[in-house]
Amino acid sequence: MELFFSQILDGLSIGSVLLLAATGLAIVFGLMGVINLAHGEFMMLGAYVTYVVQSAFKPMGGVIFELYFPISLVLAFIVTALIGVLLERTLIRQLYGRPLETLLATWGVSLILIQLIRSVSTAMMLGIIVGVVVGFLLSKLLGAKFSDKPFFTYLNGLGWAIAIGIGLIAVNLFDQIRPLAKPWFGPRNIDVTAPKWLQGSWGMIGTIELPGLRIFIILLSALLLLATYWFLNKSVWGLRIRAVTQNRQMSNCLGIPTDRVDSITFGIGSGLAGVAGCAITLLGSVGPNLGAAYIVSCFMVIVLGGVGNLLGTVLASLLLGIIQSVIGSGTLLTIFPDMPLAAKGVIEFFATTSMSLVLVFIFIIVFLQFRPNGMFPQKGRSVDA
Amino acid sequence: MKIFQRLVPWILLAIALFILPAALDDFRLNLFGRYFSLAITALAIDLIWGYTGLLSLGQGIFFALGGYAVAMYLMLNTKSLAGGNGIPKFFENYGVDQLPFFWQPFWSPVFTLIALWVIPAVVAGLVGWLIFRNRIKGVYFSIITQAALMVFFHFFNGQQKLFDGTNGLKTSTSELFGQLVGSPDMQVWFYRLTVLLLPLAFLVCRYFTSGRFGDALIAIRDDESRLRFAGFNPVPFKTIVFLVAGALCGISGALYTVQSGIVSPQYMSISFSIEMVIWVAVGGRGTLVGPIIGATVVNYLRSLVSEALPEAWLFVQGALFIFVVVLMPDGIYGWITKGGFRTFLAAFGIAKKAKTYPQIDKEAIPVD
Repeated sequence: MELFFSQILDGLSIGSVLLLAATGLAIVFGLMGVINLAHGEFMMLGAYVTYVVQSAFKPMGGVIFELYFPISLVLAFIVTALIGVLLERTLIRQLYGRPLETLLATWGVSLILIQLIRSVSTAMMLGIIVGVVVGFLLSKLLGAKFSDKPFFTYLNGLGWAIAIGIGLIAVNLFDQIRPLAKPWFGPRNIDVTAPKWLQGSWGMIGTIELPGLRIFIILLSALLLLATYWFLNKSVWGLRIRAVTQNRQMSNCLGIPTDRVDSITFGIGSGLAGVAGCAITLLGSVGPNLGAAYIVSCFMVIVLGGVGNLLGTVLASLLLGIIQSVIGSGTLLTIFPDMPLAAKGVIEFFATTSMSLVLVFIFIIVFLQFRPNGMFPQKGRSVDA
Repeated sequence: MKIFQRLVPWILLAIALFILPAALDDFRLNLFGRYFSLAITALAIDLIWGYTGLLSLGQGIFFALGGYAVAMYLMLNTKSLAGGNGIPKFFENYGVDQLPFFWQPFWSPVFTLIALWVIPAVVAGLVGWLIFRNRIKGVYFSIITQAALMVFFHFFNGQQKLFDGTNGLKTSTSELFGQLVGSPDMQVWFYRLTVLLLPLAFLVCRYFTSGRFGDALIAIRDDESRLRFAGFNPVPFKTIVFLVAGALCGISGALYTVQSGIVSPQYMSISFSIEMVIWVAVGGRGTLVGPIIGATVVNYLRSLVSEALPEAWLFVQGALFIFVVVLMPDGIYGWITKGGFRTFLAAFGIAKKAKTYPQIDKEAIPVD
């Protein structure tokens, strides 16, 4: 029974990581109807921010180093939120009301982010800056002269193409300088050491040890969930977000700055992903491909819980975490050693991490046969969801 | 002009069948064979996405199922690959001494030829029916197909005793008609087969997208609720078209497998299935020529970029996704045929501006 309980605890912590990741997605998808396939990559960015902060704090050592984690939590949120806002302003904004197109475009963004993290170096960063600056200058220059001509759009495109070319050349030039060419992270996984106060156990309940990391993650996700709930339901901007979700045009008429609301919503969603990424670094080494492992599960959580429903997201993620942990570790076999042979075979068949995922996804697909809109469907009369 | 237009497909076919094999070396020809087999998948995706509006992110399932069917047949019927019990060697690594039951029918070539498209079709029909009957559509459909993809991926990846897990099944060292499948001669034959099957797939797609059935598909894409209110049940239409697409993907996967020399769970990775969608988007969805162009162009580009700068491909691919979605939603073929090219020329004063009725333009703005 002890084993079972600790498995449940394990499942809860897997579930709460899922919850952390899915909360941001629930906001972006549930409130804005935007499918953000780059969400997993925002988590990855959060993880890398943590890594950078940790590396910066390492030389200081001692008590200050122990404090790096809270700081990196905050920084991860801010950095990813800013990148999210940038993404919303430049790309997502063009695609509202076309969810399938958003899906493809954000997938493109995720590919670029993955490769960026793999191969980013000082040289590359400088090259990008050069390219962007040249691009803006060119489009300003061309705009001053030809902005009223019919071929201006194409000319502008050409200008940007030239800017990209110049940027590429710049990257190559900077690459010649050895110290600049060294990649920051490289394609390999990175490791973040958890601070001491998170390692080890946080006391016992009966005979069961409470591993600090897992408890911390559970607490963190609970806290963030409460904060999100408070933000959406009690704060002014939350009110505006909900208003825009319900009726965009009407909110606009009533003086709510809908485009700023969009940016904020997307920013917060991305920021939460960053925090999730930060928490994931505690569980093991992370790499550029971190996002892919979580994104499908996150979407599953949201579909299972019911879109736009935080309570549903909570229940769904915890449920998935627990199923995955209990089945995947094969704990059921040790708890009930004398079960019938057929059942034993089935459970053994699914008792690996990847096979437990198979079971979970099958479970979700079957569940949706009975409740197509998830556990807590949105109420409404709209024909098209 | 009319006659010329009718001749174009034949000319292209002739080029692909006779000129390309003569002009390209074995390696390039093999690559083109792969592109053309992927074009069949692109056609299938166009059928369900471009015409019916179902963005499936799980076509990799059917692609890989077709590939596995062929690979299993080849593995079984190659003496040099057999281990002690007359079953493929890799089973020994996992201590399996009896052929799993579902491998048994793949001894037969006839069964394999049927299975490589019937099995994907049945799976697609089943998955599709389960999803469509609950009126799951739009992005939810995409997400669920992606989840289904993950189910199959993890299953094939995790079951070493059944499918050799991550390693996949290697077909290049297997034999067919007493020849090595990976040998240049065989590859040329596979190339020819692909070139002949691609137009057939095109015709199948044209059959399904024309006439009343095709109209129903387009109606589903444009306004499914309205079609339902008009008294039609969209479920059979969607299921049938998804099933057909599954079968096409299976054939495509089989052709791709024999030409690339391996089938592995990687064919069911998330990224590969989304890539398939972008071929269609680049070529032009909602047209049947577009996907063929798209699959060939994008994959050719991929070969070029990966050979020159392997690290740059993801950047290029990501940019391609964004570019096509934001700036060129009709794709290359759609851009040319739907007046994009004309507008482009007109902007520089080369061609006359297309005349439009201002009134129609105004009315066409969606009220939403």
